[in-house]
Amino acid sequence: MSIVTVQLGQCGNQIGHEVFNTICSDVRDTHGLCSKKENESYRDASKERFFCEEQSEVPVARAVLIDMEPKVISQTLSLAARSGYWKYDDGSHFSQKQGSGNNWANGYSVHGPRHKEVIMDLVQKEAEKCDRLAGFFTIMSMAGGTGSGLGAFVTQCLRDAFPTSFLLNHVIWPYSTGEVIVQNYNSVLTLSHLYKSADALLVHENDVVHKICAQLMNIKQISFKDINQVIAHQLGSVFQPTYTAEGGLHYSRNPLGDLMETLVPHPEFKMLGLRNIPQMPENSLAYSTFSWPGLIKHLRQMLIANAKMEEGIDWQVQPPRLGSSIPSSHSTNKPLHFNTSIANLVILRGKDMHSVDLGSFQDPSLYTSWLNPKDAFHSWKTLRAFNKYEKSASLVSNSQFLLKPLDNVVGKAWNMFASKAYIHQYTKFGIEEEDFLDSFTALEQVISSYSSL
Amino acid sequence: MAPRAHYPPPQPLPDPRLSPLQWASAGTRWAAASGTWRCGSTPTSTRSGGDGPDIYKGKICSLKARALLIDMEEGVVNEILQGPLRDVFDSKQLITDVSGSGNNWAVGHKLYGSQYRENIVEKLRKAAEHCECLQCFFIIHSMGGGTGSGLGTFVLKLLEDEFPEVYRFVTSVYPSGEDDVITSPYNSVLAMKELNEHADCVLPIENESLFDIVNKIHQMANSGKLGSTVKQNSLITSSAGSAKTAQEKPFDAMNNILANLLLNLTSSARFEGSLNMDLNEITMNLVPFPRLHYLVSSLTPLYTLADVNVPSRRLDQMFSDAFSRDHQLIQADPKHSLYLACALLVRGNVQVSDLRRNIERLKPSLHFVSWNQEGWKTGLCSVPPVGHSHSLLALANNTCVKPTFIELKDRFMKLYKKKVQLIIITSVATNHEYLALLKQILVSQRSCLKVTAQDFCLCYLKKSFQWLLLKKGNLLIDLYIPGYILIVFSSELVSDRSAYQLEMD
Ligand SMILES: Nc1nc2c(ncn2[C@@H]2O[C@H](COP(=O)(O)OP(=O)(O)O)[C@@H](O)[C@H]2O)c(=O)[nH]1
Ligand SMILES: [Mg+2]
Repeated sequence: MSIVTVQLGQCGNQIGHEVFNTICSDVRDTHGLCSKKENESYRDASKERFFCEEQSEVPVARAVLIDMEPKVISQTLSLAARSGYWKYDDGSHFSQKQGSGNNWANGYSVHGPRHKEVIMDLVQKEAEKCDRLAGFFTIMSMAGGTGSGLGAFVTQCLRDAFPTSFLLNHVIWPYSTGEVIVQNYNSVLTLSHLYKSADALLVHENDVVHKICAQLMNIKQISFKDINQVIAHQLGSVFQPTYTAEGGLHYSRNPLGDLMETLVPHPEFKMLGLRNIPQMPENSLAYSTFSWPGLIKHLRQMLIANAKMEEGIDWQVQPPRLGSSIPSSHSTNKPLHFNTSIANLVILRGKDMHSVDLGSFQDPSLYTSWLNPKDAFHSWKTLRAFNKYEKSASLVSNSQFLLKPLDNVVGKAWNMFASKAYIHQYTKFGIEEEDFLDSFTALEQVISSYSSL
Repeated sequence: MAPRAHYPPPQPLPDPRLSPLQWASAGTRWAAASGTWRCGSTPTSTRSGGDGPDIYKGKICSLKARALLIDMEEGVVNEILQGPLRDVFDSKQLITDVSGSGNNWAVGHKLYGSQYRENIVEKLRKAAEHCECLQCFFIIHSMGGGTGSGLGTFVLKLLEDEFPEVYRFVTSVYPSGEDDVITSPYNSVLAMKELNEHADCVLPIENESLFDIVNKIHQMANSGKLGSTVKQNSLITSSAGSAKTAQEKPFDAMNNILANLLLNLTSSARFEGSLNMDLNEITMNLVPFPRLHYLVSSLTPLYTLADVNVPSRRLDQMFSDAFSRDHQLIQADPKHSLYLACALLVRGNVQVSDLRRNIERLKPSLHFVSWNQEGWKTGLCSVPPVGHSHSLLALANNTCVKPTFIELKDRFMKLYKKKVQLIIITSVATNHEYLALLKQILVSQRSCLKVTAQDFCLCYLKKSFQWLLLKKGNLLIDLYIPGYILIVFSSELVSDRSAYQLEMD
């Protein structure tokens, strides 16, 4: 099955480009340390998912590129074409002359309705190129104007036009120290709207990835390209083909469907986070060896202590002891900083993965009490190594990991809203105080749901 | 010096969308100084007849500036037309008169405003027709004189009426304390009211600050200290690869700072980068409330030392300097005042980690308003200005503009209290009426006069030989002519009470 990627705004387009780059080079430049046959079926499954190859020497990404200004898209298109290994479809992009100006309302209420037809035509065309469509992967930032505002609008349109397809939105969380002044407003509006129309939101925080670049990748002067490469690597490690069932014979057909089924058991909880291990500069890889038990142990502690990378994990945090306490006082008993999960998915790539013991992730004390731990944990595996890493493990988790950042964003937005600052910029394009209040309410609900796990 | 090679636009750039308008002396002198587009670094602010042949060996052949040059006298504009930039302007872009505005805001605003309205609108429309996507008007003027201040703000309002969708950015040169124009406080206050109401964004500039910066650079360039020489074409006061005029005029260096301000302001809309910043993002991020749209700007570095490559300390210095008092383009100290919002527009080899590091480093020494503690907006444009490896334009919505405005108001009040001969008459619809009325007033100087306009009454203050025009309890001072001062303001800047007091005594 195939995924259509929708790249929106500067951030969405820059990240989307890296994602296709990573996927393409994983398939092209590495042989995955597995049998030739294994590698071939992996490659075919990956190609079907992300590229189409009709009448073209190089694979063509299944993507639609959208921005309200021309520079990023024209740069993205030419960068891809220059790689010589893959490209974007010549007709699968849409841009305008002037960006949305960091104004969510401009993207959502002006550009959205104005360009709905063209955009949906492009999407439809791309969808029709897929023999079997799994769903849409929409990449966007939530701080700007195009990705956030137009992104929310387009997601709604996708929901209407493809009621049975899966919609996964990849959302970039802005640096908390500020880079767009109205980022908290835009974020609140984006999240509350996506929560209504998307099946799940996969979140990357720029602060976190920045830290990974500095501490794990040892990059001195970090650019957005560096950041995007880490993000793309993490996404690739989830969406490249795997076997979803124990002893499965075929690579999973429906990566988005499988993901939702595993991780989103209830529509009130749809915030997904992604961690991986190991993550290091390419030139250190040759000198490092990893054992599966070591990787799994770290990954599990990263989950329960809510660490975003393997460095600086707090090993003190342990799951609460179950059984001894009365269920109703469960949450008060909870150790500080413990990150409760709803559902987790571990993805293992590389040799000997069959022997890996994942029992520590099946521990009921990691999970909320209302879900059977059996249903709360899944693993996907393949012998095929990913992107030059002999062994790698990724964890997609639906947990409380985003509670604090979300609470911060809503709090800061509310603080600004109380002084009425910048509101006039939104009402100018038809987003009223009422709309803000609705969004605040919706997110407060999400916060309280996740808090009470 | 050989003309700098220009940056070839990596791909066809979006069609021109910025439209500088220039008023009167301060504005037109700026035009003469802004030859920087010679080096091709402002492809979008010029209108081109075709693609290839416009810039040949760094020289402009068929490019025309998308600009309107307006002055109510001819001297400055003529100079430009005979100067090195004569090829980028043609007579269709000029509006001039011979008699000047006599440093009188009212003459510029009311008299010339109504007289030239049609002409201006027509030329604006013509210029706008050539734009595929018109984003913004730049108005460059001074506040203290008559034409830039009066007619300039008239056109500001005109733009709002004719092109309500297009942003209006105004670069306003504020008079310094030692200004040689006696009426400059009146003119400036009158113009301020228009800026408050009709501009999207104002970048105030003070000549004193420009002058200090020029001196500082001059000293550095000639001291030869630190064993390092300053790269000549990197001076913020030089017009980089532009045509060199034979003899530099005193304003040229100062005006080039202004030119660089506008180049940096628009660079992210013109060149690619990893974090683009269109012009509409400036107002969106920096104007929390409609009228609080005065942005204090600073440009760094002022020059690049020729023999030093760029260690990150030098980069960090650039960020520190942007917040120091002596790099601001008005006499102000943002560090000791309150920030409502702050934007950093970076060009060149600077990455997001450099931005984060510096923001974190500087933040503790800056005060931000409580509801905007993380009030930063950042932009990264990959193409540096000619002669530099990197540069920074900081725009601050900061309460440090207050002293400049308060001083202006004080000087206004001082002048006002001196009772400089003051005649106040009704606002007049036409030139004809205006003259007739003036005659009437002059004839009947000492008698009380009732004006026909229904809502208005004109009162004569015997003691001070003043005429006051009263409208529904508000003091409205409208027009003045040389020798007599006549002021318009609605009660905002001088309260009703003081107006009445004036009437009483
Ligand atoms: N990780 C990452 N974040 C980006 C990138 N480009 C922009 N951003 C983030 O996106 C936000 C700005 O939104 P942007 O995508 O530029 O706005 P839009 O073009 O209007 O959608 C900020 O939070 C930026 O940090 C990128 O290439 N990578
Ligand atoms: Mg953008």
